[in-house]
This record gives sequence, structure tokens and C-alpha cells, in this order.
Amino acid sequence: MSRNDSKYFSTTKKGEIPELKEELNSQYKDKRKDAVKKVIAAMTVGKDVSSLFTDVVNCMQTENLELKKLVYLYLINYAKSQPDLAILAVNTFVKDSQDPNPLIRALAVRTMGCIRVDKITEYLCDPLQRCLKDDDPYVRKTAAICVAKLYDINAELVEDRGFLDSLKDLISDNNPMVVANAVAALAEIQEHSSRPIFEITSHTLSKLLTALNECTEWGQVFILDALSRYKAADAREAENIVERVTPRLQHANCAVVLSAVKMILQQMELITSTDVVRNLCKKMAPPLVTLLSAEPEIQYVALRNINLIVQRRPTILAHEIKVFFCKYNDPIYVKMEKLEIMIKLASDRNIDQVLLEFKEYATEVDVDFVRKAVRAIGRCAIKLERAAERCISVLLELIKIKVNYVVQEAIIVIKDIFRRYPNTYESIIATLCESLDTLDEPEAKACMIWIIGEYAERIDNADELLESFLESFPEEPAQVQLQLLTATVKLFLKKPTEGPQQMIQVVLNNATMETDNPDLRDRAYIYWRLLSTDPEAAKDVVLAEKPVITDDSNQLDSSLLDELLVNIATLSSVYHKPPDAFVTRAHTSAQKAEDEEYPEGSETAYSESSSANPANGAVSTSASVAPPSPPPAVPVPDLLGDLMGMDNSLVPTDEPATPAGPPLPILLPASTGQGLQISAQLTRRDGQVFYSMLFENNTQVPLDGFMIQFNKNTFGLAAGGPLQVPQLQPGTSARTLLPMVMFQNMSQGPPNSLLQVAVKNNQQPVWYFNDKIPFHVFFTEDGKMERSAFLETWRSLPDSNEVSKDFPAIVIGSVDATLERLAASNVFFIAKRKNANQDVFYFSAKMPRGIPLLIELTTVVGSPGVKSAIKTPSPEMSAFLFEAIETLLKS
Amino acid sequence: MAGAASALFLLDIKGRVLIWRDYRGDVSAVEAERFFTKLIEKEGDPQSQDPVVYDNGVTYMFVQHSNVYVMTATRQNCNAASLLFFLHRVVDVFKHYFEELEEESLRDNFVVVYELLDEIMDFGYPQYTEAKILSEFIKTDAYRMEVTQRPPMAVTNAVSWRSEGINYKKNEVFLDVVESVNILVNSNGQIIRSDVVGALKMRTYLSGMPECKLGLNDRVLLEAQGRATKGKAIDLEDIKFHQCVRLARFENDRTISFIPPDGSFDLMTYRLSTQVKPLIWVEAQVERHSKSRIEIMVKARSQFKERSTATNVEIELPVPADATNPNVRTSMGSASYAPEKDALIWKIRSFPGGKEYMLRAEFRLPSITDEEATPERKAPIRVKFEIPYFTVSGIQVRYLKIIEKSGYQALPWVRYITMAGEYELRLI
Repeated sequence: MSRNDSKYFSTTKKGEIPELKEELNSQYKDKRKDAVKKVIAAMTVGKDVSSLFTDVVNCMQTENLELKKLVYLYLINYAKSQPDLAILAVNTFVKDSQDPNPLIRALAVRTMGCIRVDKITEYLCDPLQRCLKDDDPYVRKTAAICVAKLYDINAELVEDRGFLDSLKDLISDNNPMVVANAVAALAEIQEHSSRPIFEITSHTLSKLLTALNECTEWGQVFILDALSRYKAADAREAENIVERVTPRLQHANCAVVLSAVKMILQQMELITSTDVVRNLCKKMAPPLVTLLSAEPEIQYVALRNINLIVQRRPTILAHEIKVFFCKYNDPIYVKMEKLEIMIKLASDRNIDQVLLEFKEYATEVDVDFVRKAVRAIGRCAIKLERAAERCISVLLELIKIKVNYVVQEAIIVIKDIFRRYPNTYESIIATLCESLDTLDEPEAKACMIWIIGEYAERIDNADELLESFLESFPEEPAQVQLQLLTATVKLFLKKPTEGPQQMIQVVLNNATMETDNPDLRDRAYIYWRLLSTDPEAAKDVVLAEKPVITDDSNQLDSSLLDELLVNIATLSSVYHKPPDAFVTRAHTSAQKAEDEEYPEGSETAYSESSSANPANGAVSTSASVAPPSPPPAVPVPDLLGDLMGMDNSLVPTDEPATPAGPPLPILLPASTGQGLQISAQLTRRDGQVFYSMLFENNTQVPLDGFMIQFNKNTFGLAAGGPLQVPQLQPGTSARTLLPMVMFQNMSQGPPNSLLQVAVKNNQQPVWYFNDKIPFHVFFTEDGKMERSAFLETWRSLPDSNEVSKDFPAIVIGSVDATLERLAASNVFFIAKRKNANQDVFYFSAKMPRGIPLLIELTTVVGSPGVKSAIKTPSPEMSAFLFEAIETLLKS
Repeated sequence: MAGAASALFLLDIKGRVLIWRDYRGDVSAVEAERFFTKLIEKEGDPQSQDPVVYDNGVTYMFVQHSNVYVMTATRQNCNAASLLFFLHRVVDVFKHYFEELEEESLRDNFVVVYELLDEIMDFGYPQYTEAKILSEFIKTDAYRMEVTQRPPMAVTNAVSWRSEGINYKKNEVFLDVVESVNILVNSNGQIIRSDVVGALKMRTYLSGMPECKLGLNDRVLLEAQGRATKGKAIDLEDIKFHQCVRLARFENDRTISFIPPDGSFDLMTYRLSTQVKPLIWVEAQVERHSKSRIEIMVKARSQFKERSTATNVEIELPVPADATNPNVRTSMGSASYAPEKDALIWKIRSFPGGKEYMLRAEFRLPSITDEEATPERKAPIRVKFEIPYFTVSGIQVRYLKIIEKSGYQALPWVRYITMAGEYELRLI
């Protein structure tokens, strides 16, 4: 036996599999072990060795621990593809789970939990039950995690067999490692359950805080993360908790430190004594600073978190700005984050030093970093009025270096500075105009043109300057064209002489006749009409005083900030996005509604914050107040058809208040909405997406003046008309169908199905709630394809566009019913063929903008497991598509 | 809040999977490999890539070590700090096992790698990363024990870092106090930040389960005990302890008490952000004569007491990338041109306190330059040095008590040294 295992990779003779098979059945132990190693080596390099399943499993009964581990590893990999044969291993597993050696007992339950085959899972219960009560803590800690594994495969089984109670018992275990794993398992199960399972009482809290002192570092992280959900009853309890968590700030593991910071910040919200709070801030600063001496990857996570922390508690690091100065060797991602924090901490006191730094960075070589540094100077100018002049002089110095991208970036920020401090710094315009011909980026060009137009009266040769741009008008990007149009109009209004008059003719002509950009054309026509009917009115409109801007870029909305602070150290805090925005594990919407009824930590994140406005997109106007409706819920006449200019018959007015079908999921429970309960769901009817909503007034007062707004989302969903809800008397409810439009306010970033909704009325604060967009509402009615068209489309798409997914739990009972259901959601059946004992179905559907979607479902009718493959020109949507398919198949 | 990794990947330098372990069955190796190879291809230099990346519902986090990437994938909102730190620990564990973590060593030991991946993480939750204890029951040796009878007690014990029954003939402890000076001086000679990061590095060769107690000249402690502190006590700004130190006890009465792991470890690290006088000061004057010649004059001065001596001083002076024909003279030490770093490296073996040395260098420059060229990268002067028997902070180990129930006497050896950390002086 050699220490060098690499030789096992080098068996590439012709009859490899038969050869291995023979060796696996050898009578010599050593030969068998070598053979298993070869099998694992082949598996490692990606060869399919599943055909050796029986032979490998035969080696499982061995005294040799190393060999046993290898066979187990093989099982984890291939049991799924050979579920019928996997049963062969069960006996040995069960036997091993009673082995005198605790290592083997633990190994057996650990591995069984990793094998996601129903037949194995059934046999896991008894060994797991035993192992949860094992004498050896190593076995118990493994069993604790195994409960979470089983819950992931079959939640009902875990609840039926009482594993949750055993797990809760382990919280009181005398071994800290067992406690920590039990906490991790319970926290995970809670995450995926709608019922309260893991409730942290003050008693458990105290026990867990004690366990903290003895856990491994990873265990401490599990416990701190779980405890950060705990809400202290009052300030005193909060102070007690903080006192017991503070020593963790001294831990060498930075994850422990960050989780401790999270918990302290949570409890601080309750602490009223300013002395205590000040003291805590003082205590947290040094550990946070020390995180910047960690490995760069960890610095990155720390910096993203510090960014959040200083937004909530700016005092913590107010005096530490120097530690965020960039080092020469910092990776670029660390430098970028440091810059962001420097802007946040910049103040009148330290601005001189900060500006020196920014200037230094602006001469480095990484273009993105340089740009960001220049922008940072501008943002400081906007933030600190007293330092604005110094910032500008630094910008001017940088412009003089004449590095193309520095100049352009400087001009972009100077435009904002002009907007922030009107009539203060215009003297520098002359300097700016010198660099006119170096501009080649649209944004910089547009900004410069804006400046020329805005200050046309102060620039002697404004007309010449603008004229030089006009020559290339048709080739310019839209952004520049729009600015050129407006600037020329401004120039003309300010200097109505012959030159500008000719220019305006040219521009208007170009912008109306020669372009196919509707925005540009519309704007040009408006100007044209204004100028030709009433030039004075045009002046009022075009030269109106602009509102002063502030620097709120990169400042997070306060309710979002609350939610992110609860998630310190997690991915959510790195992305600065709520977990729902990127966690892809499917929840059904019904489950989600229940989730929200259960009061949980993040709930309070949506407290009153009427000043904050999360929706950036289209604002729907208020509906005219309808006459108060009589108390019992009467059918609300739907006026949408008229308003939208659609055929009235689309939305029958005599529709019953409660249409057949499942009730709508509750999104804003009455407990959160101070008595107002809102249930809603996106649906598709007659070729149109609607937001079907139910408002229930459980308050004591009538509610009226309902309005709705949607935050930017992946699909750009927005209200297509006003929200029609009459005055709601106490104890009554109203239903409405809100027509929706798509591609209105699209959000950037990774696609997700989150729909954030804000609803207000005249009596209450603004309510925010989240919904999940069910993708299948987007499938359009014209999605049916001819067989030939289907085949052609399938062939024309590259293989990389094909994505597949298994739904192991789904059973297709009746083919006809399923096809009918799918067709009702505009997923159309194309063809069916048989493959061995399986049926393969083909479907087509069409997404908005006419994107085709081809679906292949493979299943054995009547038994669980559906394999779904899809092919579409936009595979980035596949996660949603699978969710939609799953929902449709389930319902 | 809860969240765990879906899988752990060991990838080669091109992003291809060498070995992986699937913990949750919701991310496939093909998916991860496709994503990561593309990422590396696109970025060219992965150093500039955020270490946390999102793609199609999956978050990837990775660290690089020599020619290997260690990466996790997850679909949940897991603890990013914990997982990234864990990845660094995984690197440490592999280094402990294979001496060097690289593609070859992983291939050569794939069986042990699989065994370790099974033990350090379960269902995506980090479990146990003490390499020393792991090697008690997962062995690389050719002569493995047929069946290990049980996991070492330490794995689940409150003292998870030390096994019982350790025995040495001679009980000894070595304690090195190492301070690194980080300094950043801007181009007009102003110190814009300086701090000292100290570490107490310990090597223990002790039998049984020794109880240790360490006494430092910590001002908070001495004042609490009502002792006179005549300039000898120091303020430690942020102290981080190895997990063996009882944190609650320290919080209570500032006592540093612990049962140490066997072998070497960092007992504690601390940071001081007090303004430190630069121990070695470097001034450089750069003159560009026309466009063909550049002249550099450098003065290096040691600003510590004469009885101390800095050793292995290395001053890295940046020069233009297209410089040629170096001509260098020094009053002490030797200088060599390192074109691969675009720098002149001046080495001085021994540099006593209160001395000043000079260097003069001349380079030729090509007479033709590209008008469009991006500006030259402005690298700072960087300095490396060591000063033995000296600490900037004035930290002192007052005592190290070792008590074991067998009652042996153990000798502690303490050494002090100061080194340059990130020591940068920006050029004009």
C-alpha cells in the first residue's frame, strides 16, 4: 500500500469496468480495498461507475474503517441512480448503527441521512432514534444534524416519529457540541416550517448562553445566530444578554465576532440608557477595526457589514476613518468597499485628509477604482457643504492631469455639485469647457451638455459649443440626444437670436423626423408645441427652478436596513438584499402566508416608516372615493374595464364576491396591519395579469382612500390602473381585481420572484408586504405550437439552453386531468412518446415578448418522480419556470 | 438565519473540479464548474473578483491557495463570515496533513481528502477543524490501525483542542511576542496611519492537562489590582484570544487562563493604534533628467535606540517599468535591480539604531514614449525589517504559571521581536 493514491487514477485500459468488477469480488481483502479505491478514483474524475453498484456494496461489510468509508461515499453518490439496489445496503447500515465503535455508529447515521432514497429513509428512523439517545456525544451530535437531513427529505416523518421533541431535549444535553448541533438543526427546521417549532424562551436563552462558553467556535456561531432572533422583554433583560455576549468580541474567529456584534446591535435597540449604549458602541469599535487585519475575503464581508452598521450607528466608527484608507496591496474588491465607507464617515473634521487620499487613489491604475475615487470626491462635496469648495479644487486639479476617464468622471460629479449648490461655483465652467473635445462617454457628454444649456447665458460661446455637438446628432446615444435637445431649447429661450433659432430648427427636425426613439420624439413634440403656442409658458416649464439634490445614493431605506441588520454576517448583509431576494428554495405561497402569521424576528422590520418610500416606479393615482358600501360584503362593481378602455365583458360585473377556488393567501395579517388584513395573489384572466386582492377591515373605523404601489421587480410588474376599493366599514371586506402591466419598473440584479407591495389608506400608515410572483401567470394564450414548429424551435436552440430538474415527490395520477390543468394555464400539450416504462410529454408555452418555452416531462404515470427539461432562448429564467411547472403539476 | 453550504469544491487553477463533496444535493458539480471556469476566464485575474458571487440562485464563495481554489456553494442565506473563515481553516487542515496544499497533494491523497471532507462538515454545517486532533483518527500513514476504537474525546469535549494522555520527558513552553508595525506615510511625509499588531505565539511541550495563567503588564489589570503603574503598563486596544482562553473569565477579572493545545498556536493577538514613530524612515528624491535618464537618491534612517539593531532590512524602491542600465552606489549594504517587480531592492544585513545610510541610483529610460499610455502605476516604497529583543508597545510577560496535577515544573522561554508589517511610504 503506497501513500501515493494517484496511481489509482491511472487505470485506463480497455476493459476497465469488467476488470474492476473482478477485483471487487476478489477473495483477497487488500485487492478488494484497492479496487474500491480505483472505483472512487474513477468517480472522482467523473466516470460513471454506477454499474458496479452491487459489487461495491458487497464490500461494505468490513472491519476496515477506511474501506467502509469509501463504500459509504460511493453509496452517497450512486444510491439515487440505483434506488432499487440501494436497499441492499440497508442491512449493513442498520447493523453498523449498533456497532460497538461510536465512530462507525455515527458514520452509519450520517451517511444514511445523505442518501435521498425513500426506501432507505424508512429504515433510517429506528437507528436515528437510538443514536439520538446514544451514550457517546460524538454519535448524538451526528444524530442531531441527521434530524435536519431527514426533515429536508420527509418533514412529516420527522414530526410523526417525534424527532422534534428528541431534538429539543438535546438542547439540554450536557455536551456543548451536541447542544450546538441541535440548535443548528432546529433553526434550519424552523426556517422551513410554518409552525412554531423552535421557540426561544428566556429559559433556553440562558442555557444556550452558558453553552456558548464551552462550544467549539463553529458551535458558538450556530448559537449566536439562532439567539439573534430572540426579542428581550425589556431593557434590563437586553442589558443582561449583552453582558453575557460581549466577551465573544474577543474571540479569534471573526465569524464569532460578527455574530456577537449582530446580537448586541439587536439588543441595543431595546436599551434606553444612553450611557450603556455609548459604552457598547465603544466596545464594538476595536473588534470591528481588527476585522480589517483578517484575510481579504473576510475583510470584504466585514466591510459590507460595517457599511450597514455605520448607517444605523454612525458614532461607532466616527473616529476610525483612517483604518479604511486603502493599502497598496489591498485587492480591488476591498478597496472599493473601503471607499464607500470613507464617504460615509467623511466629516468636516477629517475631510482634508480624506480628500488627500481620494486624490492619491485618483492617480492609480485600476480604472474602475479611479472613477469611484473621483465620484467619491463629488459625493463628499454634496454631503459636506463647508468642504464643497475644497472638493471642487481637488476635482479641478484632477481635470488638469488630462487623463481622459478622470476628466469625464469629474464632469459628471460637477454637474451634481452645480445642482446641489446653485449659483455658487459656476466660475469653473470655463475650465470645464476646455476639456470638451476629450469627452467620449455618453454620460459625461450628457452632463457637459446639460451644464452648457443650464448656464447658456454665462457662457459666451455656448451656441458654438452646442453646435459642435449637433453635427453628430443622429449618431449620438439617446441619453446625449435628449440632453442636446433640452440644452438647445434652453439656449434658445435664453438667447433668442438667429443662431440658436436655426439650431433649434435643426434639432427639432432631427428629433421628430429622423429618429425612431419615442422618448426623444415625444419630448421634441412637446417642446415644439410649447414654443409655437406660448414661449413664456415654455420658459416657465423648461427654465423652472430645480429642486436641490442631496446625496442619498447608497443610503438604504430604513426598513430594509432593519432587515439587513438582523442578517449581519449572512449573505443577505453582503448583498445588501433581503434573503427572499436570492434564496431560491421554493416556498408555496400558502405556506408563506402562514409563515407571516407567526411572529418572528424580522416582522418588526416593517414598522411605521411613512417617510420611507420603497417604491421607485410608477405611482398609481388615487381612485375617486366610491360611495360607502353597506356593511355586508357586497360584490364590488368592477369599473376597470371602462377605465382601461377594454371590453367590459372581460371582467363581468356580476362576478360573485368569492369566486370558486382556493382562498387568497394572507399577505398582511390583521395583527401586523393594525386590524387591516390584505390577501392577494397574481392571476391571469382572459389574457391579462391581475392582482386579485381581498381587503378586510377589522379595525374600529372606516378605512378609505386606498392606494397601491409596487417596488421595482424582475418582471417590471406595476399597477395598470388605479386601485378600486370603496370605503370599508368596520367588519366588512372588499375584493378587487387590479390589472397589472409588465416591463414598467424593472429592477436590476439577479432575477428573483419577489414582489414588494406598499398599500396605504387615509387612516393608517403605509403597509409594506412581500408577495411571490407565480411565473405561470405570464404564459400567454397564444403559446400553442404546431408539432413541426416545436421540433424546429427545439433544434434551433443550442444545447446549452436546455436545463432540467427533478421533482421527486410529484406524482402524475391522471394524464387527462394534468393536461387539462396545464392547458388552463396556457401550457399546451404537443405530443407524447413512450421510452421504456416511462412516458415523455412535450409541451409548449409562450412568455411575454413572445419568447417560446419548450417543456419535456418524463415520468412513470402513477408513481412519484417527474423529470422536467426545458429549452428556451432565455434559460436565466429557468429557476422560475421550474417553480411554475412544479406548482402547476402539484395543484 | 439558518443556512448551510450545499457543497464544497476543490478546484484546479482553471476552475475544474478536482474533488468535491456534495452535502445537500441541490448544487451540481457541473453547474459549479461551468460557472467558475467562466468566471476565471472572464476575469483573467481572479484576485480582482469579489469572493462572494451570485449566479442563477446559487452563491459561490471561494479562497485561493497556491494552485487550488477552495469553494463552497449554497442556495440559502448562510453565514458568509463563518463559511469564508471555514474555507481558510480547511486550507490549514490540508496544509497540516499534506505539508503543502496543491493540486498534486490532493490527487495523491484523495482518500484522506474525502474522509476529511466527511468529518469537517456535516450537511453543510462546519463541524470540526482542529487538524491536530483530526489526525488522531484520520491518518495518512501507510500503516493505519485497522479500526480506530473511538473518536478522540477531544472532538466533543469542552476542551476540543487537546487530547488527554500527552507525555513529554521535558516540559517546556516557548512564547514569542511578535509585533508587526503597519505604517502608511503619504507623499508629503505625513504619517496618515500607523498601528501595531502583536501576536503571542506559543509552542507548548507539556504533559497532561496543564492549567496555564499568563500575566501581562496590562494597565486595566494592574490598575484594578491597585498596583502602581509607572509608565510600565500598556493599553491593549483589541485583544483576540485563541479559543482555549476562557473569555468570560477575562471579561470578569482580566485573567488570561487556559488549557493550551499541544504544539504551536497563536495564544492571542492584539492591536495598538497609537501613533508610532517610524522605526526606519526612508526619504527618496527622484529626478527625471530630460526623458532619457532618471536619478534616485535615497536616505534611510533608523529611529530607535542605539542598543537595538534592525536585521534583514530590505527596502523596495519602485522604478519606472521601462528603466534600463542601472548604476547603483550605496554607503551600506547591497542593492540589486529586480525588473520583475519594477523595483530596486536595497538589502542591509544589520542596521543599528541612530544611523543613516545613503543610496544613489541612475537608470536609462527609452527616449520614445507612447503619448496615449496610461499613467505609470505609483507604487510606494516598501520596507521590511526585524528588530529582535524589542517591542514597540512595551508589552511584557510578567509571568506564565503552569499547573498540572502531576506537579511537574515547566520552564517558560520568552522572546520578543518587532517586524515590519505593511510598511509603506508613498513617493511624491
